[in-house]
Amino acid sequence: MSQDHTTPVRTGAVLVADEVTKAFPGALALDRVSFAARAGEVHALIGENGAGKSTLIKVLTGVYAPDAGTLTYGGEPVRFGTPLDAQHAGISTIYQEVNLVPLLSVARNLFLGREPRTRLGLIDFRRMHRETDAALRELGVRVDVTRPLRSLGVGAQQMVALARAVAVDARVVIMDEPTSSLEPREVRTLFGVIRMLRERGIAVVYVSHRLDELYEVCDAVTVLRDGRVVHTGPLAGLDRLRLVSLMLGRDMGEVRSEGATKFSGDHDPGTQPVLSAEELSLRHTLHGVSVRVRPGEVVGLGGLLGSGRSETAKAIAGALAPDSGRVVVAGAPVRTGSTPAAIRAGISLLPEDRKAEGIVPGLSVRENIALAALPALSRFGLVDEARIDAVVDTFVRRLRIKASSPRQRVGELSGGNQQKVLLARWLAMQPKVLLLDEPTRGIDVGAKAEVQGLVDELAADGLGVLLISSDMEELVEGSDRVVVLKDGAVVAELTGADVTEDALLHAIAATGEAAA
Amino acid sequence: MTELSLRGAELDKTRMVRLLQDYGVYAGVVVLFLVNVVVTPNFVSAENFRTQAVQVAPVLIVALGMALAIGSEGVDLSVGSVMALSTSLISLYLGYGPWIAILVAVLGGMLVGLANGSLIAFVGVQPIVATLALMVAGRGLALVLLPQLKDIRDPGMAALGSGGVLGIPYLALIAAALAVAVAFVVRRTTFGRRLLAIGDSRPAAQLAGLPVRRVLIGAYVLSGALAALAGVLATARLTASDPTSLGTLMELSAITAVVVGGTPLSGGRVRIGGTVAGAVLIQLLTATLIKHDLPPSWTQIAQAVVIVAAVYAARERGKR
Repeated sequence: MSQDHTTPVRTGAVLVADEVTKAFPGALALDRVSFAARAGEVHALIGENGAGKSTLIKVLTGVYAPDAGTLTYGGEPVRFGTPLDAQHAGISTIYQEVNLVPLLSVARNLFLGREPRTRLGLIDFRRMHRETDAALRELGVRVDVTRPLRSLGVGAQQMVALARAVAVDARVVIMDEPTSSLEPREVRTLFGVIRMLRERGIAVVYVSHRLDELYEVCDAVTVLRDGRVVHTGPLAGLDRLRLVSLMLGRDMGEVRSEGATKFSGDHDPGTQPVLSAEELSLRHTLHGVSVRVRPGEVVGLGGLLGSGRSETAKAIAGALAPDSGRVVVAGAPVRTGSTPAAIRAGISLLPEDRKAEGIVPGLSVRENIALAALPALSRFGLVDEARIDAVVDTFVRRLRIKASSPRQRVGELSGGNQQKVLLARWLAMQPKVLLLDEPTRGIDVGAKAEVQGLVDELAADGLGVLLISSDMEELVEGSDRVVVLKDGAVVAELTGADVTEDALLHAIAATGEAAA
Repeated sequence: MTELSLRGAELDKTRMVRLLQDYGVYAGVVVLFLVNVVVTPNFVSAENFRTQAVQVAPVLIVALGMALAIGSEGVDLSVGSVMALSTSLISLYLGYGPWIAILVAVLGGMLVGLANGSLIAFVGVQPIVATLALMVAGRGLALVLLPQLKDIRDPGMAALGSGGVLGIPYLALIAAALAVAVAFVVRRTTFGRRLLAIGDSRPAAQLAGLPVRRVLIGAYVLSGALAALAGVLATARLTASDPTSLGTLMELSAITAVVVGGTPLSGGRVRIGGTVAGAVLIQLLTATLIKHDLPPSWTQIAQAVVIVAAVYAARERGKR
C-alpha cells in the first residue's frame, strides 16, 4: 500500500532513521523502518499496540541500539550509546508518565544536571528560581517554583517537563501521548507550545491515538503496523478513514465476507438486558459511557487504543471506581468500585494483561481455577479438596486445557492454556456476564479458534458477553452488536447487518459531530 | 556434540539446584546431626536434645508467623518487640493467674498484628516500614509497662518453662503442635490458599475478587499472636520478665529460619517444614560451634554462610 509514500523526504531532516531493524526474542519489533523528523515540522507517529512505536522512540532516543540500519542526526551518522548521549545531543523526550524527580522543587527539576553555580561552586538558587519562573510563564504556567514537583497537578508537571525539554536547547522533541492526562484547557496550552516549537525550527515527534489532535497540530504522519512503516507523508489531504484503515490494517472493500474466525455470529438474545452500565464517567478516561448486554448476546466494544475500552470493562467489573454512573445486573444495582461486589453480582472480567492481572503464575492450574470460587468449594474455611478436584476436572476437560497435570504451575503453560484456565476460574463462579478484554491476544492460532468457539458456546448457553478486541475481524464476526468508543465516549452503535468492518472503520474515523 | 553435552550438564545443574532448594535444608540438618554424633562428646543424650529443643522453640514459633508474613510478600519486623510486650503483660497480669496473663499477652500480640495489618492493607504502608514502626513502638510500650527486669514466681509458669511429658519439654511439644497447625492453615484453609495467591500476584488476586485486606490483616494478626506466644514461653523458661532484652534481633533469626527453609522473600510460597528445619539447622550450627569452644564470631560467620547459600538457591529459583 502507498508505495509512493514510504521513502521519507530528506529535506530539512534533523533526525533520520534509515532502514532500522530491531528484534527481540520471538518478535521483530521494527522491520526496516525509515523515519525522518524535520525541522519546524510536527510529525505524528501512530499505530496500534505492538506496532513498534515505542521501540522506534527508544531507538531514536538511545535506549535501544538498532540491530541493523542507521541513525543520522544533523546530517551525520550517529550511534547513541545511552539515553544521556541522545539528550546531550539535543533530543528531548516527554513520556506519558512524567519522569522527573517528584520530591525536588520545580526549579531544581527544570535545571537538573545543569544547575547554575555561584562563584563558590554552590547552586545559584536565586538565578535558578528567576529563570524557571520566566520559562514557565512563557508556557502560560504560573506556579511557585520552589514547591516540590509532586505538589503540582499532572498537567502542570507535564508543562515542567516540556519547559525542561525546551530549555535544554533541544533540536528534536519527542512527545509520547502527552495529552492522555491533561484537561482540555491544558491541551490548548500544550498545542500553543507545540506551535511555538515549530516556529523555532524544532522538530517535534508527536505520538497520540486521538485523531482530532493529530489533525489539529500535526503536519506529517507516519503509520506503523506490525513493525513496518505502512504509510508516511503529509497529513493534510489524508482522509481520516484512510488513516484508520492504515492503522488497523483493514482496507475498505478488501474485507472478506467469510472470516477465518470460529465465531458463528448468530445468537438468540433475550429481551431484558442482563447487564446495563449507565453513564459511566471516570476522569480523563470515560465520559458517560453506557453499554447494555442481553443474555445470550455478544456485544463488541470497538475503538482505537486509548478510547476507553478496557477502562469501561474495568469500571463495570469494579476494578476501577467510576466517578459517576451505575451498573445494574439482572435488574439489581451493583456497588461500583468493588471487585467482590461485582463478582457476587455475576460479573467476571478476563483482563487484558493476562500475565500481570489474570493468572497467579506460581500456583497450580488447580489452585488458579478454584481461586475465585473458594468460598463455594470450602466448608467452615476448610478447603474441600474432593469438590475442587471435581470442578477442576470438569473444566479441564470441557475447555480442553493442556497441562501435564492439574498440579502444574500455570506460569509454565502456553498463553492459550493460561487464558483457558482463567475462563475456567470464572465459569466455576457461574457468572451472568463475561467481560473479555482481548481474549485471544498473544495466543496461537489453534488456541485462538478454540477460545472463540468457547465464547460462542457460552453465549449460546445464555451468558451475556462483552468482547473487546483490537482484531477487527474477531470483533465483527464475534459480536451481535458493536458499541464504538472514541476518547472515552460512545460514538456509534452498530447492529444487525451494520456490524461490518467497513461500518466500524467509518465509525472510528468519523469526527465527533458527525457520528452522533 | 559439545553443545549437546553442555546442555546435558546444564540440565543436571538445574535439577541439582532444584533438589538443593527443596531438600537442601533437610540434608543440612541431617549432615550436621551426624557430624555431631561423631565429633561432639555427649551429643547423643536426652538432656542435650531437651536443651536444644527448648532453645529452638521460641525462634521456631516466631518463624512460623514470619513465614506467613513473608508468604504474603511482606515481612514482620515487630516480632521481637511483641515478645517483649508479651513478657511485660505476663508480669503485669500474673496476679490474675497464669491463664489470664497468657491470654492478655496473646491478645496484646494480636493487637500489634492488627495495627501492622491495617497500616499495610488500608493505609498502603510498605510492610517493612509499617512493622518497623511497630517494632519501635512495641518495645517502647513494653518498657513503659515494665521498666526493668522482674522475677516471675509462679509455679504454673515455672512448670510450663521446665516441665514436660514423657521427658519431652512442653516448649517443644507446643512448638511442634503450632507448626502442624500453621501447616494445616496454609495447606487446607481458604485463608491459606488466598494468602499464597495474594503473595504471588496481588493484582490478579484483587481482580479475582479475593478479600485482600482481610487476608493481609489475618496474616499479621497470626504473626503477632505467635510472637506473643513465643514471648510467653521464653518468659516461662527464664522465670523472669526482661522487656529490655527479650526478643532482640529475634526478627532476624526468624527471617533467617524462613529463608534458609526455602520460602522465597518474593511471596506466593510458604514452606512450613522447611522453616522448622531452617530453625533447627541454625540452632544446631550454633550449638556445635559453642560446644567446640569456638568464639562467637565463628557462629556468626557460619550463619552468614548458610544464609548466603540459601539466598543463592532462591536466586536460581527466580531465574527458572
